[in-house]
Amino acid sequence: MLKDITLGQYFPGNTPAHKLDPRTKILLVMLYIIALFCAGSFVAYGLMALTLAVCVRISRVGLRALVRGLKPVLFIIIFTGVLNLFFTPGARDLWAWGPFHITDTGLRNAAFMVLRIMLLIMGTFLMTYTTSPIALTDGLERLLNGLKRFHVPVHELAMMMSIALRFIPTLIEETDKIMSAQKARGADFESGNLLQKARAMIPILVPLFISAFRRADELATAMECRCYHGGEGRTKLHVLKYERRDYLALTFGAVILALVIALRAFGL
Amino acid sequence: MESILQVKNLTHTYGIGTPFQRSAVEDVSFDVQPGEFLGIIGHTGSGKSTLIQHLNGLLRPTAGQVLLDGRDIWEAPKKIRDIRFQVGLVFQYPEYQLFEETVYKDIAFGPMNQGRTGDELDHAIREAARLAGVRDEHLEKSPFELSGGQKRRVALAGVLAMEPKVLVLDEPTAGLDPAGRENLMANIRDYHRNKGATVILVSHSMDEIARNADRILVLKSAHVLMSGPPAEVFARSEELLSAGLDVPQVTRVAMALRARGVNVDSAVYTAEALERELLALKRGGAPC
Ligand SMILES: Nc1ncnc2c1ncn2[C@@H]1O[C@H](COP(=O)(O)OP(=O)(O)O)[C@@H](O)[C@H]1O
Ligand SMILES: [Mg+2]
Repeated sequence: MLKDITLGQYFPGNTPAHKLDPRTKILLVMLYIIALFCAGSFVAYGLMALTLAVCVRISRVGLRALVRGLKPVLFIIIFTGVLNLFFTPGARDLWAWGPFHITDTGLRNAAFMVLRIMLLIMGTFLMTYTTSPIALTDGLERLLNGLKRFHVPVHELAMMMSIALRFIPTLIEETDKIMSAQKARGADFESGNLLQKARAMIPILVPLFISAFRRADELATAMECRCYHGGEGRTKLHVLKYERRDYLALTFGAVILALVIALRAFGL
Repeated sequence: MESILQVKNLTHTYGIGTPFQRSAVEDVSFDVQPGEFLGIIGHTGSGKSTLIQHLNGLLRPTAGQVLLDGRDIWEAPKKIRDIRFQVGLVFQYPEYQLFEETVYKDIAFGPMNQGRTGDELDHAIREAARLAGVRDEHLEKSPFELSGGQKRRVALAGVLAMEPKVLVLDEPTAGLDPAGRENLMANIRDYHRNKGATVILVSHSMDEIARNADRILVLKSAHVLMSGPPAEVFARSEELLSAGLDVPQVTRVAMALRARGVNVDSAVYTAEALERELLALKRGGAPC
């Protein structure tokens, strides 16, 4: 059940999409998001969807896995769609009932908003599906390296992030195990009112917290045993290096963004 | 005799529709008789834990059936909790599931979920604590003050307190020192003998299984490799070894003796049986 949460899950592979430098992928996602917010016509959205489809195809990530990523935000998508659909003022009413109006602009806005959120989430998920969390934080650390000059603790933040990412699957697995163990003793998480349901979480939360603290303690000891002392003078095992494919991919991303902006300028 | 538990062509596939899809249990069938002590053995990753989580309905089969007293446990999915009270499952490393302020309260969690109260509840808790070897003076302590082995006994008591018909244990002695192992196994053995209870023990220690089980189920990469009484299974020791599994130490000694021309039965798996064989040989005047 908890396994359905795919947030930040990595599907290993050996496609060009996997081999790209993580910095490239982060930059591409940023370009993609900017382009999404510039898009203002069905042609532009069509182009964005096509771009994503090509990337998905290259990465060989199953479409099903990608769509499953939308499940947790389904409510937000529907909510935004409905809100835009019924409450956008427009020139022409297609349908009206009391305070609810469906206008031509409303219909358009709703479709765009829903498309925008869906593409945004799928695009970001495509990055996390094809990039291991370690590579991702590594890329982020390198991209933000310049901020060190302003005393931003970039290395420490990146380390905290990679530890957190590293332990998400562990904690999910642990929660699953503890839930199973308590269910085996007849714990019931489904029935009862809100208060009873909250009380039913105690047998899960107590062991979970204890184990999380134990793990944190063990990890801290293990890091100290290996003389970890922060980012000062620390070198990388895997030095990130831009390759030809990275330049190609970035050019491709820039072209798409330029196209979307051009489409907007021509009012398409 | 009517089987108490039947597993029919059980298959379980994890991660259906993802790149991680794989079957952890495939087409496994076996029966358990009332009062029997069944041992399940296999390598790490052979699917033991996945298999036994089907016995009390924690996992739902991808294909196949689990029958308790001849009835499919998923006949009424809403009543699956009743099945969990009848088939008590002690997880691997159960000490991590403890959560209450006192040992007594923690053991009470299961029977209270069953709806038991008052003297009956108190009696069930104390009896379970006794069977699992939890000392009386520990009952009012916090479970987090106890040692690893003691915590594990508390977790065992927590399941025994539900008075299940079938007790399923997933590697109960993993990570304990030899004395702790033997003590805990002695408790489980006594529970089996004195209560006439049905016990299913998962282990990766051949010696532990050989010493306790009436019947053995050997799993290898999601399939049943063999099943039968210990004598039958250990008669195929060569096969076990070539499958990368262990055989009991005594069987290993017997095999070595045979290899040197001593005519002993290589299917023996207890020290007493080997002693008997050797004495018989000596009396028979065979070269020894
Ligand atoms: N919750 C799960 N999700 C996905 N795969 C799992 C899960 N639990 C176990 N597996 C996989 O199923 C196989 C069998 O595991 P398990 O039943 O735990 O074996 P054993 O108890 O014999 O070590 C292993 O390959 C394991 O990786
Ligand atoms: Mg296991």
